[in-house]
Amino acid sequence: MRSSALVLFAVLLSGVVLASEGGGGEAWHGWRAGNDIANKTSLQRGARNFVNYCLGCHSLQYMRYNRVADDLGLTQEQVKSNLMFTGERPFDVMKSAMPTSDAETWFGRAPPDLSLTARAKGPDYLFQFLKTFYLDPDRPNGVNNLALENAAMPQVLADLQGTQKAVFVLEKKSDGNGEQMVRVFDHFEQVTPGRLSAAEFDEFVRDTVNFLDYVSEPIRAKRESLGLWVVLFLIVFTGFAWALKKEIWKDVH
Amino acid sequence: MATATEGTAESRGRWAAFVRWIDARLPVTEFWKSQLTEYYAPKNFNIWYYFGSLALLVLVLQIITGIFLTMNYKPSEAEAFGSIEYIMREVEWGWLIRYMHSTGASAFFIVVYLHMARALLYGSYKNPRELLWIIGMLIYVSLMAEAFFGYVLPWGNMSFWGAQVIVSLFGAIPAVGPDLVEWIRGDYSISDITLNRFFALHVAALPLVLILLVVVHLTALHEVGSNNPDGIEIKKHKDSKGKPLDGIPFHPYYTYKDLVGVGVFLIFFAIVIFFAPTLGGLFLEHPNFEPANPLNTPEHIAPVWYFTPYYAILRAVPDKLTGAVLMGAAVLLFFFLPWLDRSKVKSIRYRGWLFKLFLGAFIVAFIGLGYLGLQPAQGSYVIAARILGAVYFLFFLLMPWYTSVDKTKPVPDRVTYHA
Repeated sequence: MRSSALVLFAVLLSGVVLASEGGGGEAWHGWRAGNDIANKTSLQRGARNFVNYCLGCHSLQYMRYNRVADDLGLTQEQVKSNLMFTGERPFDVMKSAMPTSDAETWFGRAPPDLSLTARAKGPDYLFQFLKTFYLDPDRPNGVNNLALENAAMPQVLADLQGTQKAVFVLEKKSDGNGEQMVRVFDHFEQVTPGRLSAAEFDEFVRDTVNFLDYVSEPIRAKRESLGLWVVLFLIVFTGFAWALKKEIWKDVH
Repeated sequence: MATATEGTAESRGRWAAFVRWIDARLPVTEFWKSQLTEYYAPKNFNIWYYFGSLALLVLVLQIITGIFLTMNYKPSEAEAFGSIEYIMREVEWGWLIRYMHSTGASAFFIVVYLHMARALLYGSYKNPRELLWIIGMLIYVSLMAEAFFGYVLPWGNMSFWGAQVIVSLFGAIPAVGPDLVEWIRGDYSISDITLNRFFALHVAALPLVLILLVVVHLTALHEVGSNNPDGIEIKKHKDSKGKPLDGIPFHPYYTYKDLVGVGVFLIFFAIVIFFAPTLGGLFLEHPNFEPANPLNTPEHIAPVWYFTPYYAILRAVPDKLTGAVLMGAAVLLFFFLPWLDRSKVKSIRYRGWLFKLFLGAFIVAFIGLGYLGLQPAQGSYVIAARILGAVYFLFFLLMPWYTSVDKTKPVPDRVTYHA
């Protein structure tokens, strides 16, 4: 019993190692967003990207325009002229103008609110999702996605990224039920070019993801900078408490 | 009290008169003396003895932050999730209060587990502290209920599905199970009604129970007196005035010593709150940043880390009822420790290798099960959970045997203390 458990454990570990090596194909699983919420210009570009490409369908129901202005170092005027296009007031939350019932008819499901997506799924997931759309004639939108299989979302950024084909290879995989042939992603092939180069597009996605990362917890930058002072204070406090304790315990033998 | 020694003779006289006036009506000075300045604790406490006062600190923090959260939280299906985000984004310092409360929940279990481990190491549950231990266990069980109800309140997707799984466990009870589940939920599924009653239990019922039990726990402690790393009763050796020779007044000695513990604890507490409030999904789970959705089950449902040792035991058993019974037994067995342990000595310092072996294996099993409870229940994970689960139960079930045959060392007469 025990030795079989050990063997199973070893098999499982080796499986994990193989999977993380990606099995030879392009390792999109390992792509990292590499964003930095302290980079305000990146956040400003991300806000612009979001308003232009995402807000048509996706709301940020917990994010107000004036909070974005304050946190990103923009004036109310700048936000008004660059981010607010449909007569919103500065204290409004960033709501998509698309009616939910229409969205359900058009896409099969309402596009989710993105206020907390970066916290729920992580910025890397968003980065991978936005970069792995590929042509798939079987899907109603003509595209599919590696990070979110059978996504209902069309490839909104096709104009920037261009379109790409995913090349799959058949691989033998053995599981508990014996060997099976499994379709495994190998690499992408560009079909039509986009307006941006691959590196420029990565930057575009990184900025957008960065903005969503910020939106998922707007207080984060302040939390971390304040935390430093709190911890420093507590260290000093503990030092004094320790000295006081030593003094009081002097007569205990 | 410091003011009494300062100032003019006239003001000193007024202060003393005021204290006399109070004491004639409420025994404040007597209480202060009997519980602090003339309550004698062993002088040889080590690092394991910080966690009781820290548990009290976390309880107070949870109550205060909880009160402030309640001012803005809305216990309804439609508004709960949004009201948490409102607290996180719009309420002044709301984010800090919320993170203190969510981190406080995990911190509570960390200090309570260490507090319990201390009792296992030094035999603090043994005669004459059996009742003290049982009251402590009641606090632990109430704390589990309190944490579970609190976890449902943010109404994230893991809140919802966690509640679904835990409440459905009661359905495994023969005959009354399904009706019982409906009674707990107040509905045919986890719903607005369930959320409302869990809120009532979390903010009113269980805090009252916890505070009452803590008062009883401290009363029992001050009656029998603290154990210590040597497992010796300091009351056996008293001076002519009746003071234990190895005891020192709790105040000022341990109040100031515990203040150092508080400082160190708060450093770690602040590091989590300010730099890693989710602790990589361990203290706040990632799927809980999505609102509750009855149509979207999370990939794998796991409770928060402090329940996972029991969750691993539950899932290690194919039969739901047996699994639930074993899970309950895993908690209940702690209550019987004072009678399962037959050893003549209390402290691990004077126990034999058999006890050390079993206790070591138990701690490894507890932590191992905690890890396995976070993993998907498949393949070797289940087998490992069965092995560690067996170790867990054998620690208790074989205890009468290995504690009575174990070779113990002679216990010294007085505590060991090096200034």
